[in-house]
Amino acid sequence: MNTDELAAKCGFRKLTEAPPKEIEGAFAGDLLSWAMSRVSRGDAWFTVMGNLNAVAVAALSDCACIVLCHGSALSQDALERAVREEIVILATEEPVYNAALASGIVNR
Amino acid sequence: MRRGCAGRRMMAEPIRIHYTVTGDDFTQAGTASADLKSRLRTMGFPADVIRKVTISLYEGEINLVIHAGGGEIEVTVSGDRIKLVLSDSGPGIEDIELAKREGWSSAPDEIRSLGFGAGMGIPNMIKYSDSFDIQSTPGVGTVVTMEINC
Ligand SMILES: Nc1ncnc2c1ncn2[C@@H]1O[C@H](COP(=O)(O)OP(=O)(O)OP(=O)(O)O)[C@@H](O)[C@H]1O
Ligand SMILES: [Mg+2]
Repeated sequence: MNTDELAAKCGFRKLTEAPPKEIEGAFAGDLLSWAMSRVSRGDAWFTVMGNLNAVAVAALSDCACIVLCHGSALSQDALERAVREEIVILATEEPVYNAALASGIVNR
Repeated sequence: MRRGCAGRRMMAEPIRIHYTVTGDDFTQAGTASADLKSRLRTMGFPADVIRKVTISLYEGEINLVIHAGGGEIEVTVSGDRIKLVLSDSGPGIEDIELAKREGWSSAPDEIRSLGFGAGMGIPNMIKYSDSFDIQSTPGVGTVVTMEINC
């Protein structure tokens, strides 16, 4: 499944028009030091953190996308960085747990 | 021809890279890590080595921003290892054993609200680097030295 297919499957909105990326796993959490060491390349990262630092962690970890949950806002500077670095950001009103469950992604 | 771990030709000379990190500037935080990551990729280092370097340097860089009022990063890239030295003239650390503990953080609420302050930065550095050393003197500053082998 790629990030476009995830968006279509779960009704997530696309906040950036970056090229779709292949999803290989998932991580859920908001604390950046946890995310930094646990988000693997190709993961969908379910979080409520929509700031510049979250986008920096997404870029450094080569995740497939951020799924911004709970209707959490993406800050303007974070959006600009995400567009520049072609990071896929999806958004949903669903809580983190529900969104992750709906995705059906299974970690090996 | 001797070859490095990455299957690259052994570097004749180590490459030195210097970064200055500005304190309390969260818009630039992570810039050094991102730059080093892309350079190592260009140089042909394997993905797992780059990941270890990126995590280790990111955590150190963020600590310079949050806790130290900024600092300096010296990177030395050799064929078989990458050395990271982060130094600052910040407040220093009173109890280093406490600072190394998972979950211990002195970060105030406004920093925590940004997603920092899990108390996992130093534990991550210890976990993802092959050698880790921290020297700190309260009122003088802190030097973190890490090496990642490849
Ligand atoms: N360069 C430094 N100068 C002064 N104090 C530091 C420095 N680096 C770390 N510390 C102290 O050590 C503590 C633990 O650091 P660590 O990176 O593990 O956690 P954190 O930065 O508080 O949270 P996290 O890294 O998970 O976002 C910090 O809260 C801070 O008190
Ligand atoms: Mg830290």
